[in-house]
Amino acid sequence: MGKYAVKRILLMLMTLFVITFMCFVLIRMLPLAELPIGDPHSDVIEARREAAGYNKPYLVQFGIFLKNIFTKWDWGVSDVLYFGQEVSNIFVSKLPATMVVNLYSIIFSIPIGIILGIFAAIKKNSWIDHTISTLTMVCISVPSFVYAFIIQYFLSYKLGWFPFLMKSGTNFFTWSMFVSMLPAVISLSMGVIAGFTRTTRAELTEVLTSEFMLLARTKGLTRTQATVRHAMKNCMVVVLPSIFGQFISIMSGSLIIEKIFSVPGVGQLYLNSITGRDYPMFTMLVVFYTTVSLAASIVVDISYGFIDPRIRMGSKK
Amino acid sequence: MERKGQELEHIPKEKFEFAQLDKTIQDKKFDTKTRGFFADAMLRFKKNKSSVIAAYILSLLALYAIVAPIVAPIKMDNKDKVYTNTPPFIRAIADKGWGIFDGAVVHESQNEAQMNYWKGIGVETGYNPVIKILGTSETVSKYRGQDRISYFYKMSTNKYYDVGVVYRVLSYSEFERIQEWQNETGIQVIYPYVEPEAISGITDNPNLWYQVDSKGSAVLDENGNFIPVYSTNSTIEGAPYNSIRIPGDDGSYIYSVRKSGSVQARVCYYNYYQYLNGYEPLYLLGTNVLGEDLFCGIGVGARFSLIFAIIVSAINLTIGAIYGAIQGYYGGTIDMVMDRFADICSGIPMMVVTVLFQLHLAAKVGSVGAFLFAFVLTGWISMSALTRKQFYRFKGQEFVFAARTLGASDKRLMFKHIFPNAMGTIITSCALVIPSVVLSETTMTYLGIINIADFAGTSIGTLLAQGQPSMLTSPHAMFFPSIYFALLLICFNLFGNGLRDAFNPTTRGVED
Repeated sequence: MGKYAVKRILLMLMTLFVITFMCFVLIRMLPLAELPIGDPHSDVIEARREAAGYNKPYLVQFGIFLKNIFTKWDWGVSDVLYFGQEVSNIFVSKLPATMVVNLYSIIFSIPIGIILGIFAAIKKNSWIDHTISTLTMVCISVPSFVYAFIIQYFLSYKLGWFPFLMKSGTNFFTWSMFVSMLPAVISLSMGVIAGFTRTTRAELTEVLTSEFMLLARTKGLTRTQATVRHAMKNCMVVVLPSIFGQFISIMSGSLIIEKIFSVPGVGQLYLNSITGRDYPMFTMLVVFYTTVSLAASIVVDISYGFIDPRIRMGSKK
Repeated sequence: MERKGQELEHIPKEKFEFAQLDKTIQDKKFDTKTRGFFADAMLRFKKNKSSVIAAYILSLLALYAIVAPIVAPIKMDNKDKVYTNTPPFIRAIADKGWGIFDGAVVHESQNEAQMNYWKGIGVETGYNPVIKILGTSETVSKYRGQDRISYFYKMSTNKYYDVGVVYRVLSYSEFERIQEWQNETGIQVIYPYVEPEAISGITDNPNLWYQVDSKGSAVLDENGNFIPVYSTNSTIEGAPYNSIRIPGDDGSYIYSVRKSGSVQARVCYYNYYQYLNGYEPLYLLGTNVLGEDLFCGIGVGARFSLIFAIIVSAINLTIGAIYGAIQGYYGGTIDMVMDRFADICSGIPMMVVTVLFQLHLAAKVGSVGAFLFAFVLTGWISMSALTRKQFYRFKGQEFVFAARTLGASDKRLMFKHIFPNAMGTIITSCALVIPSVVLSETTMTYLGIINIADFAGTSIGTLLAQGQPSMLTSPHAMFFPSIYFALLLICFNLFGNGLRDAFNPTTRGVED
């Protein structure tokens, strides 16, 4: 198992390295942002660009780029959006908002999703199951900006339950801040709830009809006992890894939701760096998003082995 | 004693005779129609009610996308500058007062002066903008020691009528043409001019044609009627007017004033629209912020999305199938190396690919071409993974060995023997790829990362993004594209799931 994990991590690092290199070269090939003449920051940025080797071959540039990251955590300096500021500082300042919103979202949605899934699986083929399954289907299909519109128009405007946009400021743990985050949290949660409901339902229905469940009932366990002790364990083999995956990806914000509800997070920064053509910022966010998605998938894969002894044994062969 | 069995073992040959020699044998071959793989899948698909319904709705939506841009009464390129963000309106239905298609917008707390303003538009142009008074509230205020009750109304007005009259600066020939058109059709566009002095110097509001006080509220006569203050000052008249005159005009009212080489006139916008376009406003789903017809716009956007998604999935299917076939068939080192490459391609976030391709390639192949490349670069991987899995499943089976023993080449084995078996799975996954392409395309245009409006006219994402800022005042501009889009995705997913279950009954999980 350990060998497998190390192998996967090394492969991931290799993939990440190649992707970073490709994106880096493609981004550096683009024309540089023009600097306003006479601004004192312009000289600083000019000097920083010189130090980052903007006039040297791309391979050398990439070497300097990596060296700066590993030795000084220096990702360059923003030349459009946050003129003259360190990219990494801006990024770190944006991270909390995204993480808090996503954290709330998964704290609510994972239990709801799993409970709905269990409910649907136990009441399979009843109207409860059909309702839950249909709603899940709808929630998975409908894109988040449609939710955002519905929530903003009906809940925030017509009913006045929530503020229209997220409150500004960094005081994330006050009540009013929490209420102002709720529209974004709900919009994010819909898809996650639906995803967990679907996975749990599919897994649990399969487990419930397997033969060891019949054996458990024959032994004299009640239906509840059998479900909780035997079925849930097997169902969690699939559900738990995706929970871990979700926890990894709380760092990457949703571009759409953060834009609509003006969450001052990473997703919005990413979007702004694209539309504003702030390439140093964009480079860092590309690396960040790639890392997060690769890490999430690797965590899912490895955690399968840690959770399920059958998979762990299988990999030793 | 001999047993009966032994007796039967030794029946003499001549005791045997042929049976049923002159009868027809029924079970020699199947006389019923044979049912192939696809027919079987279709039967299973038809059992799934929700998927069948989804398929019908889906075909309606696709039909809309094809037909709407052709039959739309008002085309996309006809952008009206005044009727922007207007709700759905069909005159014939609006006149019936059913509360639909009447271009209604709700105004909160309108006071008496504003009520008179709406009424004034109705009296002058004949198009009464007030549809319904939704509620009345009283406010009591002290005014010079006495209680004064003022009423406030919540009301809905027709957004097409409440524009009323606007100022337009027209050239002399244009002014002539409008008069000719008026004479032909009998619809009055130009209304008599009102001098600013007559309406307390309020110059920015062309809808005041009656006596007002300094605040702009109407001064009514003893019967509660408006007192018209049309100008009769012929010294400032811009051009001669020989056309329809309003009732009560004895021929002395002037209809235009001079304005540096042209004339300025008050025109009723609803009728002016008819003069400009030749038809009355007929916006089935209203207009967006640019004054484009949404009925047509949604069709144009959806048409592009669907065609684009079909092209993308066709390309991805081809590349992915070939790539996955090679990977799955040869396996070993080839598989591993190719898998690394696929891993790298799938590791790059879609957004990044789109942006980088947009920046590098858009100048050469256009933004749509760059967009297509971006989709192809990241999209074929799921298809190839699927094909690979199917190849691993089939390549060890007996029929493949048999074909190999008979001397079939690798190519023949791959594409004649294994691939057709994997076909069902691959085709059905296509039905689930299309909605995901439509979704990403709409997301990108919604976020404004790419703009395909020049190529395709518009897209659903663009329409949604345009509706976003004015969401509270005109929710329809956001509502209709959202509904269409959500319905499209739901139906596509239901349909795709149904198709997948029909083709691969084994993956359906547990049957009841």
